[in-house]
Amino acid sequence: MHPAEQRFEVHILDTGERYACGGSQTLLAGMEALGRKGIPVGCRGGGCGVCKSRIVRGDYHAAKMSRACVSADEQAAGVVLACRVVPRSDIEIEALDRMRRCVTRHLTPAARPPVPPT
Amino acid sequence: MAITGVMRPGHVCIRVLEIEPAVRHYVDTIGLREVMRDTAADGSARVFLKAWDEADHHSVVLREADEAGMDYMGWKVDSEATLDKLSADVEASGLATDMVWMREGEHPMTGRRFRFTVPTGHVMELYAHRETPGCAVGYLNPDPWPDDMHGMGARRFDHCLLYGDDLAGTFKLFTEVLGFNLTEAVVAGPDEQMIGAFLSCATKAHDVAFIQQPVKNKLHHVSFLLDNWGEVLKAADIISKRRVSLDIGPTRHGITRGETVYFFDPSGNRNEVFAGGYTWYPDKPVIKWTAEELGTGIFYHDRKLNEKFLSVFT
Ligand code: FES
Repeated sequence: MHPAEQRFEVHILDTGERYACGGSQTLLAGMEALGRKGIPVGCRGGGCGVCKSRIVRGDYHAAKMSRACVSADEQAAGVVLACRVVPRSDIEIEALDRMRRCVTRHLTPAARPPVPPT
Repeated sequence: MAITGVMRPGHVCIRVLEIEPAVRHYVDTIGLREVMRDTAADGSARVFLKAWDEADHHSVVLREADEAGMDYMGWKVDSEATLDKLSADVEASGLATDMVWMREGEHPMTGRRFRFTVPTGHVMELYAHRETPGCAVGYLNPDPWPDDMHGMGARRFDHCLLYGDDLAGTFKLFTEVLGFNLTEAVVAGPDEQMIGAFLSCATKAHDVAFIQQPVKNKLHHVSFLLDNWGEVLKAADIISKRRVSLDIGPTRHGITRGETVYFFDPSGNRNEVFAGGYTWYPDKPVIKWTAEELGTGIFYHDRKLNEKFLSVFT
């Protein structure tokens, strides 16, 4: 099967949530489809940076992302804009900055994972 | 009153991450027409576009770049003499930096442009001349709209809303040096500090607006004019039909009273199409909005501040 037609599992490490994401669907669109409040959907075009995340594990394809949001060094370290990334395998993802505050907003403070070292 | 000095917004140069999807968006969705392409001095691809009801050669420039956002906004002034005077005034004001003359022809079919950076970090230009191939319906016994109107059928590039940190400085430059008028102000706190300024150079409710934010040189949105509320609703249909990234609307603004829908281009730059709003004359009192009612000022129907609208920009 062409990767675009496959479905992969995305694991949001911050909340423990898992969702299925199609190979032609962006990670952010897959999250949006969860229908939960708090997903910081911004421009959906790789320009505003609100969906900034880090891919901890997995293969993916990232379309061009605004350098104002993700530096070349960050990109090399797996930092992405979730609205510009489609999965090529199962993915483990961790939210950064705004995205992190938003996805963990519904958790009680004790259940929130510690801030990862950056 | 005759419109003198700075007449109107003439162009906006938008940075896009990939040129082809951007052209498709501005042409097929918003309804602009591609006029020509060239390569900027730094080697980046540029595409020049115009709306069907605009006479000038172009009004929107898309430039392929690594970052989204706005390169600069250009203002057409009434004559070369005004261009000389205003450029000298800007220089003498001490309020602008990075002043430079762009040579004639750097924008196609366009005369020399005076470029400068305002205190909020935005790059502005003044120019007096651009060739006028004319609008799509001509000027002799014209029809009200052309047969090949497509997408949203935007009439013209209308204004930008910009975010920056030194609103007071930019406000001073636009009003005291360039002759703009304040139509509406958003104020906060007991001493009513201005945190938002809607500025007009002619008779529109605004030609540019600035919002105080702790950032430099940020674009909130680029706006295009439609005819009426029905067209705004149809624009929202087109947004859904084409799977364009919707932001907010259709709804109405309290500020400027415009009817509006917001969406994003493929690089994440926010666009607006709108209709309505009032005519401004020099004797119209300034409208004031307090920070507590800002939600109503921005979106009149639901009267609430929308975090995404405020905090997403390029
Ligand atoms: S939503 Fe704007 S960069 Fe992803």
